[in-house]
Amino acid sequence: MSVNYFLTEEQQMIVELCRQIAEEKIVPVRAELDRNEEFPWEIMKDLAQADLFGLYIPEEYGGLGGGTFENCLAVEQLAWGCIGVTTTFAASALGGYPILLFGSKEQKERYLPDVAAGKKLVAFGLTEAGAGSDAAAIKTTAVDAGDHWVINGTKQWITNGGEAEIYTIIAMTDKHKGARGASAFILEKGDEGFSFGKKEKKMGLRASSTRELIFNECRIPKDRLLGRRGQGFIVAMRTLDLARPGIGAIGVGLAQAALDESVKYAKERVQFGQPIISFQAIQHMLADMATEIEASRALVYAVARTIDGGVKNFSKLSAMSKLFPTDVAMKVTTDAVQVLGGYGYMQEYPVEKMMRDAKILQIYEGTNQIQKNVIAQALNKEYAAK
Amino acid sequence: MISVDKELCSGCGVCPDVCSYGAISLVGDTAQVDLDKCTLCGTCAENCPADAITIEREETGSAAELDQWRGVWVFAEFRNGEYAPVVFELLGKGRELADALGEELCAVAIGSGSRDQAEVLGNAGADRVLVADSPELEGFSEDVWARILSRLASEQKPEVILAGATSMGRAFLPQVATMLETGLTADCTQLEIRAEDRALLQTRPAFGGNLLATIVCPNHRPQMATVRPNVFRAPSMDFEDSGNSGRQIEIDEIELSPEDLKSGVRVVERKVEDLQGPDLANSQVIVTAGRGIGSEDNLKALEQLANCLEGAVGATRAITDAGWISHHHQIGQTGATVAPKLYLGFGVSGAIQHLVGMQGSEIIVAVNKDPDAPIFDVATYGIVGDVHEILQLLLQRICKGAGQTGG
Amino acid sequence: MNIIVCIKQVPDAASVKWDREKGTLIRDGVKSVINPFDYNAIEAALQVRDELGGTVTAVTMGPPQAEEAIREAISLGVDQGVVVSDRAFAGADTLATTYTLSKAIEKLGGADLVFCGKQAIDGDTAQVGPGLSVRLGIPCVTCIGDMEVLEGGKGLRVKRMNEFGYDLVEVEFPALFTTIASLNTPRVPSLKGKMRAKKAKIPVWTAEDIGADPDRIGLKGSPTQVASTYIPTFEARKEMLEGSPEEQVEALVERLKGAGIL
Ligand SMILES: Cc1cc2nc3c(=O)[nH]c(=O)nc-3n(C[C@H](O)[C@H](O)[C@H](O)COP(=O)(O)OP(=O)(O)OC[C@H]3O[C@@H](n4cnc5c(N)ncnc54)[C@H](O)[C@@H]3O)c2cc1C
Ligand SMILES: Cc1cc2nc3c(=O)[nH]c(=O)nc-3n(C[C@H](O)[C@H](O)[C@H](O)COP(=O)(O)OP(=O)(O)OC[C@H]3O[C@@H](n4cnc5c(N)ncnc54)[C@H](O)[C@@H]3O)c2cc1C
Repeated sequence: MSVNYFLTEEQQMIVELCRQIAEEKIVPVRAELDRNEEFPWEIMKDLAQADLFGLYIPEEYGGLGGGTFENCLAVEQLAWGCIGVTTTFAASALGGYPILLFGSKEQKERYLPDVAAGKKLVAFGLTEAGAGSDAAAIKTTAVDAGDHWVINGTKQWITNGGEAEIYTIIAMTDKHKGARGASAFILEKGDEGFSFGKKEKKMGLRASSTRELIFNECRIPKDRLLGRRGQGFIVAMRTLDLARPGIGAIGVGLAQAALDESVKYAKERVQFGQPIISFQAIQHMLADMATEIEASRALVYAVARTIDGGVKNFSKLSAMSKLFPTDVAMKVTTDAVQVLGGYGYMQEYPVEKMMRDAKILQIYEGTNQIQKNVIAQALNKEYAAK
Repeated sequence: MISVDKELCSGCGVCPDVCSYGAISLVGDTAQVDLDKCTLCGTCAENCPADAITIEREETGSAAELDQWRGVWVFAEFRNGEYAPVVFELLGKGRELADALGEELCAVAIGSGSRDQAEVLGNAGADRVLVADSPELEGFSEDVWARILSRLASEQKPEVILAGATSMGRAFLPQVATMLETGLTADCTQLEIRAEDRALLQTRPAFGGNLLATIVCPNHRPQMATVRPNVFRAPSMDFEDSGNSGRQIEIDEIELSPEDLKSGVRVVERKVEDLQGPDLANSQVIVTAGRGIGSEDNLKALEQLANCLEGAVGATRAITDAGWISHHHQIGQTGATVAPKLYLGFGVSGAIQHLVGMQGSEIIVAVNKDPDAPIFDVATYGIVGDVHEILQLLLQRICKGAGQTGG
Repeated sequence: MNIIVCIKQVPDAASVKWDREKGTLIRDGVKSVINPFDYNAIEAALQVRDELGGTVTAVTMGPPQAEEAIREAISLGVDQGVVVSDRAFAGADTLATTYTLSKAIEKLGGADLVFCGKQAIDGDTAQVGPGLSVRLGIPCVTCIGDMEVLEGGKGLRVKRMNEFGYDLVEVEFPALFTTIASLNTPRVPSLKGKMRAKKAKIPVWTAEDIGADPDRIGLKGSPTQVASTYIPTFEARKEMLEGSPEEQVEALVERLKGAGIL
């Protein structure tokens, strides 16, 4: 018996469709993509054909007008297949959110239809070598040169770097203004002075491409400023707030896949004359895994629905919905390897990749320590107000 | 229509069990047929101990009309300058059937150059050969072949037509049957004549070899069947031995009009590929690689084994998807369906999608390290062990000695 | 351009199990799915439509629940579909099936292009495609492994796969083709397609609706009759060969010699 989350017919369709894609298109190739560090273009085409890139984009721009919840349902199922592939998909939404949230009508009309149709991938560039958790330390600058902007600097570890056509980035426009000195811009692949650095070699998430964005006297037209000048960090924070439940949902999907493999294996593997699932030590591990996964799912769904309900300040909830499920994903995938024993450590079985992959979820889109900071800050404020 | 006699039905439960379509259930004490599911195949009626089930079939053909159709024909597929091996196998079987019927055996050859070699068909047992030979019959066109064969059949009225279930036979025989408005049974594995009414009993596998059906065509002529290569044995072609020496062979060349040769199918290029070994459909031995073979090295060893068994190499989807071997080798639901004398599976787990493509094999040998692999459920002989080790041992044991071509 | 794709609902091989001891089919939980090769037919039809325009109509003859197959086809991008369903169709062999399908296609206004799967995994005859082409009076090429639209959109150039390799063949529309798995990779359904499929009204046509001659459909219109069916039994199935690897191999070689294979 599974929990009834009272999905609508359309939401049920999203789940079915994404699960079908995970089973038919992702699972058969995930090991190979991981081994070859190969960008999953074929699967991106499938996701485009399935209309999934338009999930969160309003109908007027060719999307389906879904919300955070629909997006979570989709990535959860895709992540059940492979989170490297799913990250490629999710990072495109991360790059698209700033345009959706802060773009002018012209900018939305210019970019969103191609994004919704899956013709163009998007990337989001905030992090730099010296600015990870401390985003305010970014050094990339954008200078107003009359009829255009000139951008200089290097973004690091940008998902979909090189593969995406559209980039939303944050650069300093007025250094002396501190947190209000940054602005957001839209870059296009092929802009003068915009190039890409090396492709990173990673522990996991190897189907996803992570690269530097290099801006060397990069000239872009004036109308690429996204939102108002000085709004850059607000753009970034709002974007991350909106995207974090999605990372939580990826954690849920991944953990579910690890549990599925674990139970299947525990029933089949015989030691001491009996299937290992008959040992209480294994049973308890599986029971914890299942319970924590369901709690994660309930949290993600509840937060996503709250956001779609139209609350204004949801940084704390969104941080929670990333923190807990991704910690659970790390624990569950580690335990999955334990349940499979030596076989779990071998590449022949999928759980070693799941465990390698899981780690990223605690790091990107704000480390889990940073999520705790966000939650604690909010608590501090809430209780001060009372 | 199908009906159950409530008086006779004892509610014994045999018919729901034998029905392959889940169309019969017991309601109270009587069998009830769900007409949406029933295909009127007749298995229930045949198995009913109380004879409570009847299927009424309309008798359409008049006996006198049917009686005009006499003799057995074999379609003599001519391709790439020679008659296909299956032609001789069918002539061997056709001879038996013709003798049982007391009629002539006629081979029908279509194709450019087929006339020159037509005598060889007589050596294999044909009494008569009909040849349609023209330079324009160089590339195969379904419509032209179908038109010629169906015209000949409606003029000369044979009671049986057999053809190989080759890519060519499967492509145009159904067209011939439709033109003649008669039945065609695909991929037969047994053919015999029922003496009392001269009916051709045609047995064929369905459901991927999981079911065998015997099919008759009582009220229409000709009775047509295709047969896979290698199912029947070709007769000895030696004149002395075969008893065919000195026999009169009549060769009739058919006049072809431009109308006969008109085609909507234009062959612009013919590509004969170097196939890696014999193809699946034609092999009596198939050595199959599954995900568990682990490395491409083992695949080489496996190919070597196939080679000295004069067999073909098969593969599961995992292997073809990994690009280790071309998709032509894939066995299973989306690949080929095979039923060789010997199937050897190495590292094949036995996913149902694969099993449906090979379950009809006569002897199934499975080698897998996992004792619970489902392949063992269908295996005749199972070996739990390391694929590499067993392969190497088999190679030493079977492929020793000279004369093999190696890997 | 009027493109028709014929699809058949078949029992899902993954859910069909055979009880070899009792010699029966285990039916519990058997799902019905679209015949695997028909997905390639659907994909081919959609590709031609995307290139040349027109509508793709899926046609299936089967029980009323074959409607699910049509809905799935619509979710993949097929424009419309029809179920041809009537108890009078029961027991159809391929001759009656092709007659029935051709009458339905006639009612749809004929076809410029028809795709069928190479064969259905239950009946397994591979006869419906070529037979149907005769009914429709159009050329047919079976087992196509590759295709491209001819210059000017007049027809298709296809690879007709055979035992030796392939023939490159050109056929002008109207024509019928049967598809194999290597022809293409079927697309996944789309969300919009799934929603459309959910809402779509699927007409169900009876024998009378398509103006079929009652003597040419179902059992009556079928020259072939199944005299009996049985499940092949495999005696002495499943002998596990025990011992050291050497002993196992030896035991196998002995048995294969015994069976006259080695
Ligand atoms: C595979 C991958 C993909 C990525 N994709 C993108 C992308 O698409 N776009 C993008 O902009 N960025 C991306 N990033 C960057 C990612 O968001 C950062 O790595 C992350 O924000 C952490 O920054 P850092 O790595 O510099 O770690 P640091 O900030 O150096 O942190 C190191 C450690 O210190 C802890 N720490 C730091 N500050 C505090 C504090 N105040 N309190 C408590 N603990 C603290 C952290 O939690 C962490 O444990 C990606 C990173 C990776 C690895
Ligand atoms: C055990 C058994 C044995 C049989 N043997 C024979 C036989 O030897 N000869 C014979 O004539 N009949 C035979 N039949 C009947 C045959 O299965 C039916 O006529 C069936 O409707 C079509 O044949 P098929 O499944 O072989 O299809 P195939 O010819 O293998 O199918 C090829 C393609 O035709 C299309 N198609 C097939 N059926 C339909 C449909 N109902 N609706 C829409 N499209 C369709 C699909 O595109 C499919 O991929 C047999 C039936 C059984 C149960």
